[in-house]
Amino acid sequence: MSNILEVQNVSKNFGSFTALNKVSISVPKGSIYGLLGPNGAGKTTLIRIVNQITMPDSGQVFLDGAPLSGAHIKDIGYLPEERGLYKSMKVGEQALYLAQLKGLSHKEAKTRLKYWFERLEIGDWWNKKIQELSKGMAQKIQFVVTVLHQPKLLIFDEPFSGFDPINANLIKDEILKLREDGATVIFSTHRMESVEELCDDITLIHKSNKILDGKLVDIKRQYKTNTFEVGILTNQKGVLEQELSRKFQTSEASFKTLGDELKLNIKLSDHEKPNDLLGYLCNQGQVSHFVELIPSVNEIFIQTVKNH
Amino acid sequence: MNHLPLIIKREYLTKVKNKSFIVMTILSPILVIVLITVVAYLSQLNNDKQRTICILDETGLVQDVFKSEDNTTYNRLENMTLADAKELVKQTNAYGLLHVEGSNHLDSISDHIKFYSEDSPSLTVISNLESKIDKKIENLKLQEKGVDIAMIEASKTNVNIEQESFDGEKTSKIDSVVKLFFGSAAGYLLFMFIIIYGNMIMRSVIEEKTSRIIEVIISSVKPMQLMLGKIIGTSLAGITQFIIWLFIGGALLFTVSIVFGIDTSQAQTPNQQMIEGAMQNSNINMQIQDVYNSLHHLPMTNLIIAFLLFFIGGYLLYSSLYAAIGAAVDNETDTQQFLLPVMMPLILAVYIGFFTVIEDPHGTVSTVFSFIPLTSPVVMLMRIPFGVPMWQQVVSLLLLIGTFIFTVWFAAKIYRVGILMYGKKPSYKELIKWIKY
Repeated sequence: MSNILEVQNVSKNFGSFTALNKVSISVPKGSIYGLLGPNGAGKTTLIRIVNQITMPDSGQVFLDGAPLSGAHIKDIGYLPEERGLYKSMKVGEQALYLAQLKGLSHKEAKTRLKYWFERLEIGDWWNKKIQELSKGMAQKIQFVVTVLHQPKLLIFDEPFSGFDPINANLIKDEILKLREDGATVIFSTHRMESVEELCDDITLIHKSNKILDGKLVDIKRQYKTNTFEVGILTNQKGVLEQELSRKFQTSEASFKTLGDELKLNIKLSDHEKPNDLLGYLCNQGQVSHFVELIPSVNEIFIQTVKNH
Repeated sequence: MNHLPLIIKREYLTKVKNKSFIVMTILSPILVIVLITVVAYLSQLNNDKQRTICILDETGLVQDVFKSEDNTTYNRLENMTLADAKELVKQTNAYGLLHVEGSNHLDSISDHIKFYSEDSPSLTVISNLESKIDKKIENLKLQEKGVDIAMIEASKTNVNIEQESFDGEKTSKIDSVVKLFFGSAAGYLLFMFIIIYGNMIMRSVIEEKTSRIIEVIISSVKPMQLMLGKIIGTSLAGITQFIIWLFIGGALLFTVSIVFGIDTSQAQTPNQQMIEGAMQNSNINMQIQDVYNSLHHLPMTNLIIAFLLFFIGGYLLYSSLYAAIGAAVDNETDTQQFLLPVMMPLILAVYIGFFTVIEDPHGTVSTVFSFIPLTSPVVMLMRIPFGVPMWQQVVSLLLLIGTFIFTVWFAAKIYRVGILMYGKKPSYKELIKWIKY
């Protein structure tokens, strides 16, 4: 699978402040790509460079194999974090204007807008002014405007902020559908549960440097500690706990169960197999719980940032 | 992709469809006309006021000069003391009492004249009285020395120098006045245009920042295009407004002067007084002929072309600065600090125009300032009716265009960075830094 976006050794300084230091990322075609990092890490600068809003000091950006140029504007749809619409302009006019700026003809833009407005059930907003709409409603229009010109690459910066759970879900489904239709999505957010749910690949930027990137599953594999969460029903809890802590590296665990189980996190060394552990445990009592602890994106995020 | 026409169209339509813009467009000329009418009416009212001035002339020498006029009645009081006269004037509610103290010497009369009144008298009344008495005493003195007044009157002459250039073109004082009028009108128009529509551009940039739409827009459009689109769109809206103002204002002025019969020229400006000063000597028919002639003498083609070029150049120069200021700040209250250095040369230009160019259109000060790009549009526009050598116009225009290109580049730099900066109000130092980003 080829990459739709290649960022190579991009650096950007603002005066003496370095916003990006030789950052390279590769976004595979058709993926949902998470761009993560603490506040002020340089994510927005990177996104703005891809959108040609800011020019990099050094490094190159390729979109679909070609160096980034003015012709690519229509291939990218960008929903910035700081977003808004002209308050006193009517919804329809405004959407038409923004769509035309992306290179759609007036007629084409109108047809597509009608389709989207109907689909999101916001058709009767056409003649309303933005200032009459709620923040969530305005966000919906913003979303439509971002995707209307069917760009190859969509960049969403905190797309769910301002949406209620129902609408957030609606937008999430739309994003997934866009991906199915062949678009690639770059997704910058602080909401780790959405990253967990949506992203195939991630990049973590911290203090202007890329500190981690790759397929999410690979990263998780890399960060897993071979630790299992177990729950056993037994009459001799104390004895078993001592026995286990002698054999393995254990720590206390807490999760919800129905009975009075012995709950432990058991860390295996590299040569020990989970099956052996499970077999051993089965002889000690009734196993009600046996789960491998997979590090969450949240944990990976915090751990990686702390280590740097 | 060239989105300039699209941006211009949007800017223009949003401006023109804006309610407050429509209201201002219709209301402003009405307000101005109403104001002019009220002022004219009031000054007429003031002139019509009947005054009675009592005269107590103990010498009996000057009182015969006071003959009752349209608005002023003079009452001669005789054979009473000053105290009685004052009492009488108070009772009759007259405007005031002029007292000429008894004296045998003509020389000392002038030192012993006083005016008594309830409130402090109007300046025109006093100077009117003074000039009358001056004249009378002068005549008396001349007579005392044995001079025939009638002879002096007969010897008075009124010279009206006819002017003609070496090429045989006849000119007159009216000419200068007409030139002055054209020059000041052009300069002042530019000044007003810059202030009104420059501010409008600035506000529209700030609006895009505060509504946070800017980032969406500049992901599709180059900031330079957006800035130029804004400037051009707003200017077109401004021209539309100006033309409507001209029509409504003209129509209203016409109606008002017919309906109320008020001579609006009563509300005099210093310029008009100068015109009248220049016209005093010639008769009405001559005047109209002269005005017509001097219009013919104006370098019309030059005037129109230069007006368009300098107007556009000057306006774009300043409006790009306004756009940059709008981009640098978050809200209008923060603009003051940056507006001041932009306004200074503009105001300077208008002052130089009105004080120096009128005095000496080709003097050093006027010439120098008609070359300095920030002042040249206004000053040069005021000078051109008086005939400026072509090379000067061309050089000044080239300088203006050069500066304009530089300013737009500079403003675009600030604009590009500024529109994405939120929160803090930048200092000048930071603005300089932005240019390097």
